[in-house]
Amino acid sequence: MNFKKSDARWLAAVALGAVVWWVLYTHLLEFSLVAVRLIGVDQATHLGSALGFFIYESPKVLLLLAGIVFLMGIIHTFVSPERTRDLLSGRRLGIGNVMAAGLGIVTPFCSCSAVPLFIGFLQAGVPLGVTFSFLISAPMVNEVALTLLFGMLGWKVAGLYLTLGLAVAIVAGMTIGRLGMEGDLEDWVRALQNSQSAGRNAEDPMTWPERIRAGLAHDREIVGKVWLYILLGVALGAGIHGYVPQDLIVGLMGRKVWWAVPAAVLLGVPMYSNAAGIIPVVQALLAKGAALGTVLAFMMSVIALSAPEMIILRKVLRPRLIAVFVGVVAAGIMLVGYVFNAVL
Amino acid sequence: MKNIKVLGTGCANCKATLQLIADVAKAKGVDIQLEKVEDMAAIVGYGVLATPGVVIDGKVVHSGGLPSRDKIQSWL
Repeated sequence: MNFKKSDARWLAAVALGAVVWWVLYTHLLEFSLVAVRLIGVDQATHLGSALGFFIYESPKVLLLLAGIVFLMGIIHTFVSPERTRDLLSGRRLGIGNVMAAGLGIVTPFCSCSAVPLFIGFLQAGVPLGVTFSFLISAPMVNEVALTLLFGMLGWKVAGLYLTLGLAVAIVAGMTIGRLGMEGDLEDWVRALQNSQSAGRNAEDPMTWPERIRAGLAHDREIVGKVWLYILLGVALGAGIHGYVPQDLIVGLMGRKVWWAVPAAVLLGVPMYSNAAGIIPVVQALLAKGAALGTVLAFMMSVIALSAPEMIILRKVLRPRLIAVFVGVVAAGIMLVGYVFNAVL
Repeated sequence: MKNIKVLGTGCANCKATLQLIADVAKAKGVDIQLEKVEDMAAIVGYGVLATPGVVIDGKVVHSGGLPSRDKIQSWL
């Protein structure tokens, strides 16, 4: 790597930013205690504990998110959708599904370009089942969901979400692949399958300042969009924390309620939100005795199965394939919910 | 005159890209022919995997995310 003076300046700026970030992050609790005292509310009251939760949680989560999203923006400059497509082209079911689910975490993806990506993958000879593993994993197991779970519920829950999310993506993709449903693609899509060799566009190499700028741009785009959801979510969570009685939540979403998992998945399909809006609520529900499996199933369903995405995919898939896709993913998520509730 | 096409099915970034290109062209005083391509089959035909895509005189120069102002300036 050849280093220029401007590169060094950029790196120094990033290093300085990292130090400031670390100092802020590690001293948030003190800041929040001081803030609550300044407002003059007693910590022991409902309002005080709700306020303390709000003042501590929201900056903590936002800081964490800003850090991770920045790093992810830099990683994205190395893993373009084109590169992922070339890596997956011609892979067999099995190993291909595992790779696709894993690459789904790090490849930049927006559900608004799900269709061109889907077709581009099939065109370059990525098998249908492998393509689905990618399409399931990319929105569900993303850095925003994982960061928020880590920040609010700890690394164990984040790790479980990562593992089980990948498992659902891999198994659902393999199932769709085994069923051999290529006949349920729309005709114009089928005609394009395997029509083009991979590795067409060479990418221009990026410099480090460009990569850092890409990280900052990713921060502006993601954090700029989700900060409001996070504040709303945390405020809602704070309200539940302080006011909603525990018996109510346990009765509706506790571990003993057998129908809670399928109900959570069904409820999640028409809801369309990003991970940010939903996780703070999830945390507060858990604190009041909702079962983890039920809550995670709800969350996965909201993120992975959404009505708008179905409508977009209808342009390339026949209804039967969409039904199988929804059925297989929903079954996988329910299984995750029940397993969680049984084990923990 | 350069023919610039923005490929995208109406996502927020696609509209922003179109606007940004128009702005930069105006600021530089460059005459361009700007088009929006929303037809899915046409978008796929250019081989882009992520929208918005930008095509200049038939050649794909960008795909995925909002292009930076500098990048657009270098195209014009």
